[in-house]
Amino acid sequence: MPVPAYAFLMLSGALFTMGAIGFMVRRNPLVVFMCVELMLNAVNLAFAAMSRFLNSLDGVVFAFLVITVAAAEVVVGIAIIVQVYRAGRQMDVDELDLMKE
Amino acid sequence: MDILAPLVLLAPLVGFLINALVGRSLPRRMVGWIGAGSIGLAFVFALLILGQQLGGQRLDQTYFTWWSSGDFNVPFNLYVDRLSTLMILVITGVGFLIHVYSIGYMAEDPGYSRFFAYMNLFVFSMLLLVLSGNLVWLIIGWAAVGLSSYLLIGFWFERTSAVLAARKAFVMNTIGDVGMVFAAFLIFLNLRVLDYQSLFDRVHQLPKGGTIITAICLLPPVGAVAKSAQLPLHTWLPDAMEGPTPVSALIHAATMVTAGVYLVARMHLLYDWAPAAAATVAVIGGVTAFYAATIGTAQVDIKRILAYSTMSQIGYMFLAVGIGAYTAGMFHFMTHAFFKALLFLAAGNVIHAFHDDQDIRNMGNLRAGLPITFWTFLIGTLSITGFPIVTAGFWSKDEIIRAALSASGGEFFLGILALITAGLTAFYMFRLFFIAFGWEWLSRDERHLHEAGMLQTLPIIILAAGAVIGGYIPVASFLSPVFGHATDVGTLAFWGLAALTVAAAAVGFFLAYLLYARRPELAVAWRTRLRPIHTLVEHKYYVDELYDLVIVRPALAVARFLDDVVETRVIDGAVNAVAAFVVLEAREFRLIETGRVRSYALVTLGGAVGIVLIVAWYLGYLPWKVGA
Repeated sequence: MPVPAYAFLMLSGALFTMGAIGFMVRRNPLVVFMCVELMLNAVNLAFAAMSRFLNSLDGVVFAFLVITVAAAEVVVGIAIIVQVYRAGRQMDVDELDLMKE
Repeated sequence: MDILAPLVLLAPLVGFLINALVGRSLPRRMVGWIGAGSIGLAFVFALLILGQQLGGQRLDQTYFTWWSSGDFNVPFNLYVDRLSTLMILVITGVGFLIHVYSIGYMAEDPGYSRFFAYMNLFVFSMLLLVLSGNLVWLIIGWAAVGLSSYLLIGFWFERTSAVLAARKAFVMNTIGDVGMVFAAFLIFLNLRVLDYQSLFDRVHQLPKGGTIITAICLLPPVGAVAKSAQLPLHTWLPDAMEGPTPVSALIHAATMVTAGVYLVARMHLLYDWAPAAAATVAVIGGVTAFYAATIGTAQVDIKRILAYSTMSQIGYMFLAVGIGAYTAGMFHFMTHAFFKALLFLAAGNVIHAFHDDQDIRNMGNLRAGLPITFWTFLIGTLSITGFPIVTAGFWSKDEIIRAALSASGGEFFLGILALITAGLTAFYMFRLFFIAFGWEWLSRDERHLHEAGMLQTLPIIILAAGAVIGGYIPVASFLSPVFGHATDVGTLAFWGLAALTVAAAAVGFFLAYLLYARRPELAVAWRTRLRPIHTLVEHKYYVDELYDLVIVRPALAVARFLDDVVETRVIDGAVNAVAAFVVLEAREFRLIETGRVRSYALVTLGGAVGIVLIVAWYLGYLPWKVGA
């Protein structure tokens, strides 16, 4: 029995919501980062599923693009987190509020 | 392709580049000879051009297109005819002698290479001005000449007076440059041409004596008047004597100041077509000649007297080209270049001998001390006063006065004025000569005067030869292909008028002889009797003071008002008000910027959800319909 399209979309939506909530409630920057990845991959899942159901490669291409961006973002983001950790700052996103300066 | 004309231009340019870029690390001797040699080389090329011109036709060669846009084309073309040939011969020939003189004169100066670099730059600009075949390059040369004149007047920049004089000259010249540019605008608007050849071909499309052609012809004289130090833009020339003496000789006597005369002669087809504008030029010239001559009678600075005499002689040339006697004007330009360069260079020797004292009352007994300078200066003085037959000045000046007097109408009065000026010229030149070069000691202690070295006397001797035999050069027939044949008045009228001018000069001479050589006490008595006139003339008719009162002070007052009130209150006030307003209004919005990532994320998510809802509503996926 084929899996209906809305099942994938609901899974994607659930993953995205988990990522978004995690992003807002967690304070450890590493966890926040993983939540971002979760959201991105939720979107990727939706792209891949719709690509399959619409018999078009456009969605897959988008998914590849998102994976590339996510990889680049991880490199930069982890580097910043490591630097912040080395600088002896507390690992708490609420304390890292230098952006308002 | 003819390469002689560009070579004439290139030689001084190369000299300038060498001296400007590496001059300071070269030995002094070499710097001087590069400076003079490049001009000498240009003179050789100019002689070759002369040979070409004697045999052939004029050349108008385009070398490259500078820029082009639609029907607006600016080529780089050089226009070589007999008029420009005469000009470049004088510029490079007299220029070369003055450069050689400078090697000796400037020997002690710390800015040796700078001096020669500027001088070469000047010669280059002047040649560009003369050789250019279109209005754009004419204006470029015109402005570059003004620039190098500025640099050279302010050469001794540690003297405040020199800097002020340079600035004054530059401002005055810039007024003239603006006139030139507007003339070029008008010509292009009405005739769609910029190069001389098409301009001369098309000028007859305009109505003769009409408003447009008169306006076109009245604007270049604004430039010419400024550059040639004619009324009313003349006040910079006497101040320009702050520059080194060779500069005064080259730029402010022999070449640059005659650029205005050249301009009118070059555009003679236009002036023939606009009689009103030509008459204006003639009146300016005649009046300036007289005006400057009167001032010359009361000055005591040797270089300033020569400066006023330059103004006066250029007034003659303006008069000549204004009444259509172009050949006479150019003839006088050539002889004037000889004797005025000679007078200035000789004056330079005298000034050196008296340790930079320029007051003629402190000079004297020069025949024994500086014999070569003495005799050559005498020749120059005779030439400028028009001593009959043997001097060049006689032939050229007589030509102008004759042309003015034989014309009917208003020119006749200008001719009379020129005749009186001839008498005045003799008076002030011999006054200078008798006081400065007189037989007696007029100063207190004994000074050991030394004649200048060979480098400074040889050029003067050559110039003196030019001031004598220059009158026999057949300039009129040489220039006849350019201007057409000069009207011949006949030998009888010639000798009659010559007698008149000589008589006028003789009166001036005897008056000077009586007052300054025979009975000096008489001069004092006369001065007291003519006190008001003397004071007026001595202060140059208070023109400087008038300009100060009418132009400089109001301009300064306006500037001060703008600085104190408009700048601080209006402009700064407006800027500060905007800034204060932004600060005030931003107070509330600043609170949004918490710096917390999570609150930003919440706002972003809210925004994203909002967008999705709006799109969904618009597409009809929500229970409410668009527009319902």
